[in-house]
Amino acid sequence: MTATVWWTIAGCTVVTAVIKGVGPVALGGRDIPPRLIGVIALMAPALLAALVVTSTFAVGDRWHVGAHTVGVAVGGLVLLRRGPLIVAVVLAVAVTAGLRAIT
Amino acid sequence: MSSTSTPGDEQRNASLRAGFRAALPYAAVGFLLSMSFGILARDSGFPAEAAIVMSAIVFAGSAQFAAVSIIASGGTAGAAVAAAALMNSRFLPMGIALGPSLPGRAAWRAAQGQAVVDASWAMANRGDGTFDRWFLFGSTAPQYVMWIAGTTLGALGGDLFSDPSRYGLDAIYPTFFLALVISEVKDRTTLVIAIVGGLLALSLVEVAPAGLPVLAASLVALWGLRRGRTA
Repeated sequence: MTATVWWTIAGCTVVTAVIKGVGPVALGGRDIPPRLIGVIALMAPALLAALVVTSTFAVGDRWHVGAHTVGVAVGGLVLLRRGPLIVAVVLAVAVTAGLRAIT
Repeated sequence: MSSTSTPGDEQRNASLRAGFRAALPYAAVGFLLSMSFGILARDSGFPAEAAIVMSAIVFAGSAQFAAVSIIASGGTAGAAVAAAALMNSRFLPMGIALGPSLPGRAAWRAAQGQAVVDASWAMANRGDGTFDRWFLFGSTAPQYVMWIAGTTLGALGGDLFSDPSRYGLDAIYPTFFLALVISEVKDRTTLVIAIVGGLLALSLVEVAPAGLPVLAASLVALWGLRRGRTA
């Protein structure tokens, strides 16, 4: 078990460093082609929304709606009303834990 | 060095400080998130020091959660690393976008690319295809420190709160990213892209390995080719 853990850590270290390192050198120092500027601007909303949705409406590789979905929705309301992130997170956690305690 | 500072130095220091300040809320939430990672890693059979070392040298939250979950369910190290690679695959297009904003030789650009984490990358993006690299470094610094601090607390104090989901800690991760999405949605186009990207990823969850649905969502950004903003 311990060997598996350390091999996992070593492997994750290498793949993360390689993936983060390859992107910045992929264009070989050339400027971004102008046509791609619009694509770059849209990449953040697409990628980040995908992370939110797959962690809110799924658990692992199964669609799943549960207490944490409600908690995240409450946190989202705080954020939309321009509340601080930390308040949104604490409320999301509290609502999720509360729902799990009573169900 | 302050006696010989140039306007360039001042600009750099201002960007570093602005990045640092902007990242503080994300660093605070990252602390809670990495605490839940530390607890999960301990519950999954990781020694406390392994969890802390992993946060210090991997420093990629979603990949760490994916790898530990696979080990916990009895998977091999190879399967765990493959899942981590897929979760991290989004850093490839993010790094390509960042590349032209980094100076220096290839090896130096690759080294600077290690500073990319989601919140820093999104906030350092000027929206015109360029990035403020000092803002990126300044905002990654506090997130890195808090990531290790939270993991340490979770891994060493985890016996106090085993089963992180019981305490609702699994709501932290999506709320963290939701805050980033809300700050990125500036107009109708970005709103539609976020919704379509999210729906595309969700539609793939049950059929593609973890990480791939998120990477696939980046394809939605190709819509930017058609916006006719090429001047």
